[in-house]
Amino acid sequence: MIPVSFDYVRPGSAAEAVQALVEAGEDGKILAGGQSLLPILRLRLAYPETVIDLGGISELVGVTDDGDGIVIGAMTTHDDVLHDSLVAQHAPLLAQATRTVADPQVRHRGTFGGALAHADPAGDLPAVALALDAELRLQSASGQRSVSAKDFFLDYLTTALEPGEILTSIRIPKLGDGWSTHYEKFNRVAQAWSIVAVAAAVRRSNGTITEARLGLTNMGPTPLRATATEQALAGADASAAAVRAATDQAAEGTSPPSDLSAKADYRRHLATVLTRRAVLTAAGI
Amino acid sequence: MTATDDRPATTPAPEIGQARKRKEDQHLITGRTTWTDNMTLPGMVHLAILRSPMAHATISNIDVSGALSRPGVIAAYSGQDFADTQGVIPCAWPVTPDMVNPGHPSLAVSQVNHVGEAVAVVVARDKASAQDALEAIEIDYEPLPVVLDMEAAVADGADLVHGHTSSNRSYTWAFESGAAGTGAPIDEVLGAAEVTVKRRFIQQRLIPAFMEPRSTVVQPIGEGFTMWSATQVPHILRTMLALTLGVAEHKVRVIAPDVGGGFGGKLQVTPEEVITTLVARKLGKPAKYTESRSESLMSAHHGRDQIQDITITAQRDGTVTGLDVHLYADMGAYLRLVSPGVPVLGAFMYNSIYKFQAYRFVCEGVFTNKTPTDAYRGAGRPEATFAIERIMTELADELGMDPMELRRKNWIKHEEFPFTSVCGLTYDSGNYEAATDRALELIGWDELRAEQAQRRESKDPVQLGLGISTFTEMCGLAPSRVLGSLDYAAGGWENAAIRVLATGKVEVVTGASAHGQGHETAWSQIVADQLGVPFEDIEIIHGDTQSSPKGLDTYGSRSLVVGAIAVVKAAEKVVAKARRIAAHMLEANEDDLDFAGGTFKVRGVPGEGKSIQEIAFATFAAHDLPDGMEPSLDADATYDPENFSFPHGTHLCAIDIDTETGHAKIRKYVCVDDIGHVINPLIVDGQVHGGLAQGIAQALYEEAIYDEDGNLTTGTFVDYLLPSAADLPSFTTDRTVSPSTSNPLGVKGVGEAGTIASTPAVVNAIVDALRPWGINDIQMPCTPERVWRAINEGAEHSERDPSGTVAYGGASTSTSDGTYAEGDQL
Amino acid sequence: MTRVNVTVDGVGYTDEVEPRLLLVQYLRERLGKVGTVIGCDTSNCGACTVLLNGKSVKSCSVLAVQTDGGEVVTVEGLANADGSLHPVQQAFHDKHALQCGFCTPGMMMAACDLLRENPNPSEAEVREGIEGNLCRCTGYQNIVAAVQAAGAAMSGGAASGEASA
Repeated sequence: MIPVSFDYVRPGSAAEAVQALVEAGEDGKILAGGQSLLPILRLRLAYPETVIDLGGISELVGVTDDGDGIVIGAMTTHDDVLHDSLVAQHAPLLAQATRTVADPQVRHRGTFGGALAHADPAGDLPAVALALDAELRLQSASGQRSVSAKDFFLDYLTTALEPGEILTSIRIPKLGDGWSTHYEKFNRVAQAWSIVAVAAAVRRSNGTITEARLGLTNMGPTPLRATATEQALAGADASAAAVRAATDQAAEGTSPPSDLSAKADYRRHLATVLTRRAVLTAAGI
Repeated sequence: MTATDDRPATTPAPEIGQARKRKEDQHLITGRTTWTDNMTLPGMVHLAILRSPMAHATISNIDVSGALSRPGVIAAYSGQDFADTQGVIPCAWPVTPDMVNPGHPSLAVSQVNHVGEAVAVVVARDKASAQDALEAIEIDYEPLPVVLDMEAAVADGADLVHGHTSSNRSYTWAFESGAAGTGAPIDEVLGAAEVTVKRRFIQQRLIPAFMEPRSTVVQPIGEGFTMWSATQVPHILRTMLALTLGVAEHKVRVIAPDVGGGFGGKLQVTPEEVITTLVARKLGKPAKYTESRSESLMSAHHGRDQIQDITITAQRDGTVTGLDVHLYADMGAYLRLVSPGVPVLGAFMYNSIYKFQAYRFVCEGVFTNKTPTDAYRGAGRPEATFAIERIMTELADELGMDPMELRRKNWIKHEEFPFTSVCGLTYDSGNYEAATDRALELIGWDELRAEQAQRRESKDPVQLGLGISTFTEMCGLAPSRVLGSLDYAAGGWENAAIRVLATGKVEVVTGASAHGQGHETAWSQIVADQLGVPFEDIEIIHGDTQSSPKGLDTYGSRSLVVGAIAVVKAAEKVVAKARRIAAHMLEANEDDLDFAGGTFKVRGVPGEGKSIQEIAFATFAAHDLPDGMEPSLDADATYDPENFSFPHGTHLCAIDIDTETGHAKIRKYVCVDDIGHVINPLIVDGQVHGGLAQGIAQALYEEAIYDEDGNLTTGTFVDYLLPSAADLPSFTTDRTVSPSTSNPLGVKGVGEAGTIASTPAVVNAIVDALRPWGINDIQMPCTPERVWRAINEGAEHSERDPSGTVAYGGASTSTSDGTYAEGDQL
Repeated sequence: MTRVNVTVDGVGYTDEVEPRLLLVQYLRERLGKVGTVIGCDTSNCGACTVLLNGKSVKSCSVLAVQTDGGEVVTVEGLANADGSLHPVQQAFHDKHALQCGFCTPGMMMAACDLLRENPNPSEAEVREGIEGNLCRCTGYQNIVAAVQAAGAAMSGGAASGEASA
């Protein structure tokens, strides 16, 4: 219940944060909302020498409209995401998924950027970012760069963030006409992590599904796209039978974990059921 | 005769039966609490405990000296430092003369037998320093073979948990109705059976998971000490600590301040209480130990964990004849306070409300390299109720009978009370028909059955299941002579004292020790009626062996049925004394006085009479008392019940099963309980709600899981799932009233009813939903995965993967809290 | 050591603290605010819930240093200055929403936050709104009723769809 001792710095800008991270070296740890880091520290599963708190950097907070997309500051809390009108209008999938993250207290502190940088495959938001083709903006001493969500999540708890680099904002492209979304989450008790969840964005034109983007939560060491199902859905009839046929392939290419919540084969089954439900709900079928 | 009996009809509205808001609440809702961990004493030192990461190993080397050089560290000890002084954790229930008790050191000396066992302790000026220094302790373990499976453990040639014993079997306890003379010989009845149904049920291992982690503060005083502890049993703890540590009992004072729940989990003499005492006395300083939740889950005793092999026989018409029960009961690594007795407490309840000709119960207590088991809400009776309510349902299926009709055919009719069961227990009262009829009406049983049929017909992916539990339990532990016959080391009486102060205010001392039950409120209501003093004028004193010196504490639904009856008995003595003084003051004959609403009046004579307050002051002044009477109205009483009480009820559950995912969601839960007279319906409803939540959680959510190395992988609340508000339904509760005839209040006890009754109702509902797939059992907890596998693979008893989830991206949360973690695991 | 300036239950404090000190430990061990309690080590139980700058947080999951410049309200600051109970406290008492009382401080603070956002929540909304708080005694039924009753009392109306008891 008591973390190990560490030094604490609270930079006032992203540039200062990057500088502090460089100075701290490999024993530095970024504190965003702290809702994963503090439990890890309390359980003494991590031993940072320096904790760099991004909580004092106002430039990392807030949601803006850049025309074709919205840009969410990495330190924007889940609660602020939930209450943001731009998110509600342009990324309702993110709002819906965020509402299922942990509980109200955690959502008041936890941040969108923190959840992505932590890259827990059981977390809800990485799969959403992946399904929405989010673009992650990173900053280091050598400048800024952008990485797409599909290139950001590399492995279990491992991202494209280089040493000395922080996540500053996330850009989510606006979905155009005909798109609708749904987040389908499955767990045993309300406050638990997803056993499996599916983030679905589906574009419908008349009686046809023209495009689908499907992000899978907890089906491998990283969030995954259900690529085979996406391909099968493109051009498919907007019918229950066609969706079922396509979503039966939802677990293709996944490598889900086995643990006391579910063995891998059951997770693969869940992925097909939940993907079907997510697509049917999103597409209004 | 009770004081209530001589009240005329004009008595003011009785307090008993009123939904009084609780006296206990004020300090709890304002944060002015006295949890043990809140306490700070001058000069207090803090303990951190190093716990074994090994399930079974020899300690080949241990060196605590490294901790001593850490900042703020005052002392560090291994088990060797206390080997001669720590004694063994007491086991008060040697259920058989040849029971094997291997001995349970508080701090392991040479061998560890379960993950989480205490191996060393660091003492520092603050908790953080003590915690930090744990990593400086050097300890080498030589692994021993890990014993986890009960059946393997009792097989020939099995590896031994305790090398100095000859087997992993602690005891075999048996009862047979033919031998006992309470029924027919079981083998004859089994042999003559027309229909036989056998099932194996698994009572998974549970963790009581009281919300307040355990905490202990010990202040050494002279030859003795004062202990504050998060305990249900301050009186038992005092006696047992005195015996264990060789300190004279009168030099030991134990205080249970605010205690945050227990559910049997704080019915214990814990290693941590002993260790804290040893350290405080060694250093001559007040010492505190408070566990983390992770420590609590791995080291506080667990509950249940039995393999139940059940055989039921019946005639073709559905008349049940014989019941044969064999249990393996996992004791874990050691015997704690009442570990062996827990399954035995269920021995007399398997036959439940049904009229069997013959019955046999055999229980084998088995050692494994797991945390010791002991009391958890219901203790033995939930297991019994689960088994009988499940097997009755399976028998009905075998016979093609409606499960409720089978029950009706076999239960004790209300006109048959008092009824002596095949175990020899005398059930004093009950009306199973009334409770059942009311429950069926409340849930809309027939409509739900029609909907079920329709869903089956249409092959709806969401199927509906309906489950029944018509239960009884034995409450009010316990008649001392019965406990004696079961080889329990203590009695089952309870003590109370009433002090009437000069101003007419009343202090009630009780040996019951509440930790959420609302005794202060309920006892006040009872005494208000007995003495005719206002509810507000009564103070209940409990939980401190100095101020409430005698008692046997709170567990087993005993507080009201035993403890409050002692209060009534004391009140009767107070009234008798007051009557004598009132007669003297009124210059009347005692026999001519009526006592009502707190006032004595001369029968048939108009006038003021004398109030109990006036009598109290007159007694205080003592100027003019009857000759030879001592100036005191005070009285005490020790009550030993002559019988158990037998609450019963009918619980019905309607559950929706998503057959595509296996997810089960309770749609409706109705219970009609008969707990006799109700003192406070608000408190009773609360007890039922909470009990239901725990029983439902056994059916659906909770399970303590060990991996093949003996690590508890459900070592945090991330993986040991407690339901939140969002996971439970709103319950519909109602009551019928068949007063107990065994005590003057007609009460039966309610603390465990919801937990005992609900688990089989839920599982019966799930199995009912899945009958079309040929499924006749689902192992608890009925996880979505298990339900799905049953539907798709016919695997009714599928094993869960024991791996903990990777919560927060840490390693498996088992054996966490940093006591052995090394390096950055991220 | 790092300096922290924080207002707790209306009183300003300035302290030097170790960065690793959790807010809940700061409250309990440095300020004597022992009304706020610790029930787990994985952020599941919610017993340590307080309001930080008006919103509910688990005080085990906030470092004391992170509250610098902030305002904390604990269960001890919930009642009015004259000692009269906050409507949530009153409702918990009236509806028998507590037994052992250990989860109660956190449960009430979570309820306050819920009612701030949704003054008249349905039963389902209450159940979801307090999903971050575990209770082992009550089965939650009376807690749900109490939160709805408190909402009604605070907004001067009647509770919507009060939980059946």
